[in-house]
Amino acid sequence: MAQSKGSGLDREARSGLAMVSPTLIYGMLLLAAPLATVLIYSVLTGGGGTVTWDFTWDNYVTVWTGDVYRAIMLRSLTVAFGVTLVTVLIAYPIAYFVSFHVEPSKKSLWLFLITIPFWTSYLIRVFLWKVILGYNGVINSGLMSVGIIDEPLQWINYNVGALITTLAHAYAPFAILPIFVALEKIDRSLLEAGQDLGESKLRTFWRVTLPLSMPGVIAAVLIVFIPTIGDYVTPDLIGGGRLPMIANMMEVQMLKINNRALGSAIAVSAMIIVALIAVAFVLMNRRFLRGPK
Amino acid sequence: MTDKPTMIEFRDVHKYYGDYHALRGISATIRAGEFFSLLGPSGCGKTTLLRTIAGFEGISSGAVLIDSKDMADVPANKRPTNMVFQSYAIFPHMSVAENVGFGLRRDPRSKADKAKAVEEALEMVGLKGYGTRAAHALSGGQRQRVALARALILKPKVLLLDEPLSALDKKMREHMQVELIKLQRQVGITFVLVTHDQEEALVMSDRIAVMFEGEIAQLADPETLYRRPATRKVADFIGTMNFIPCTVLSESDSGCEVEAKGLGRVHLDPGQCPPLRGGADPVVGLRPETLTLVYPGQTTTERTTPGVIDEVIYFGDMTYYDVYIGGTDIEVRLSMRNVPGRPILEVGAKVDVAWSPTALVLFR
Repeated sequence: MAQSKGSGLDREARSGLAMVSPTLIYGMLLLAAPLATVLIYSVLTGGGGTVTWDFTWDNYVTVWTGDVYRAIMLRSLTVAFGVTLVTVLIAYPIAYFVSFHVEPSKKSLWLFLITIPFWTSYLIRVFLWKVILGYNGVINSGLMSVGIIDEPLQWINYNVGALITTLAHAYAPFAILPIFVALEKIDRSLLEAGQDLGESKLRTFWRVTLPLSMPGVIAAVLIVFIPTIGDYVTPDLIGGGRLPMIANMMEVQMLKINNRALGSAIAVSAMIIVALIAVAFVLMNRRFLRGPK
Repeated sequence: MTDKPTMIEFRDVHKYYGDYHALRGISATIRAGEFFSLLGPSGCGKTTLLRTIAGFEGISSGAVLIDSKDMADVPANKRPTNMVFQSYAIFPHMSVAENVGFGLRRDPRSKADKAKAVEEALEMVGLKGYGTRAAHALSGGQRQRVALARALILKPKVLLLDEPLSALDKKMREHMQVELIKLQRQVGITFVLVTHDQEEALVMSDRIAVMFEGEIAQLADPETLYRRPATRKVADFIGTMNFIPCTVLSESDSGCEVEAKGLGRVHLDPGQCPPLRGGADPVVGLRPETLTLVYPGQTTTERTTPGVIDEVIYFGDMTYYDVYIGGTDIEVRLSMRNVPGRPILEVGAKVDVAWSPTALVLFR
């Protein structure tokens, strides 16, 4: 009590800094430094495996005016929107079922089962879909062997639909969990109140359950949308190289053509677009995110 | 009171949860416009019974009728009832006005008329001008008022209240008790209240059904319930009651003769000998306020029995005395109002206890 307040605080601050510094250094090295590198690279001159200290906007001009880049960015957005829509539409009923119709004692078992697909590698899960949807895959050979079709179906593989199917499966648990948590937090007497005040079960869902679970839906949308747009394994394996997304372009520029500057400009552009869409989405739904829960 | 039409009728209602028999043959009627309470300890089935009226709980057998219509196939959202939930169930994503107007969606009135109705409902519960507030920013008492306004705006035939005051502090609770009585008189709607607080039930109700273990033990007006409880259990649950062992000497149409320990031989009128028999040893019950101490120098026309004070409990306006009576080990509690000039007696003092045979009730 008698010691001076200043030195006490200093010591506290020092020990606090000492405690956060490992995390801080880790964060700086692995997040801030690479990001800064990409930002700097994107305005330098690249090509031939090197980046020279020559300031230019050319990389951005190429990315924002090139037809190829625009087409691929649009495909990435289409896939990401599609995956997000499909994932959330599938995840919501599952989360609803677990929250409202599974006995409380069995809920954790259900959540555990939902995460089982995560026990295998992402790569293997993607590859399995290739086995299922492929030209000589499970569906085609199965349908052919029972004589429903004479030759393999072309429209189930190597297209945007197949990409969406695969990615939606991969991200489903990420969407189920936040929606489940939001649904769990809803006071059940609110639903009885909705019906007591004259609304059917469906109307009560629309007016009470859905708005109150929106924070979970918003979280699910962001969790699925943001990583999906940057996915490059699935387009490669499922699309068979014919359906590159924006991350595949980055991979080509960075590792194959060795133009790191252009690759960085693509990365920064994609990041800006994703950030703008995410912010717009959150702002659109901000009325659901107000107030204490 | 008795000529009022029936609003709710239970016909031999049973409810099972698996093997658990929650409601065991409830038959009762609730009259239009009355303030009716379901009173009992937790787990007695009172909330379940209320929820069968609202339609949140199906029944295993029997029938629930509201306004002479069988509710068997009527879902909760089509019943002429509205409920004030124990947790109030205020929609947290809506403003106060949106909460109160929730049930008006299908109302054919214009938007302006509906807004006016909402404002009137808020005014009725004392929340005028609160419409634009966020629901989650309200205090407990305000939430309850919003829940009341939200239910009453729909002009239900029956308002159901599930322990609406249990979450409030004592002062607020007593205040809301009086407000609810006034509100009920003002709107004239049948109120059905669930409570475990016997005082609350006595204060507010026209009639009370006391429930134990899924059955109605007694259905009566508060005064009858207090003065002439039908069973020892009811007597014990409502207020304080002294139980004195006795033997029944004779019984006839004109009442019964009992020999009560420490009191002597007493004649009881038929009304004091409820016909229900629990199979236990007979006792007579006496409320503390029906017993009085006879101070030295005073006289009384009532019957008296000598006693020795064992304990003195001072409450400010009242003093409770525990007294051994008639030279026995039977102890009774009696309460005396502390009026000026009346001394507080001390432990060990020898006193006479005055009592009236008409205050006794026999339980067996």
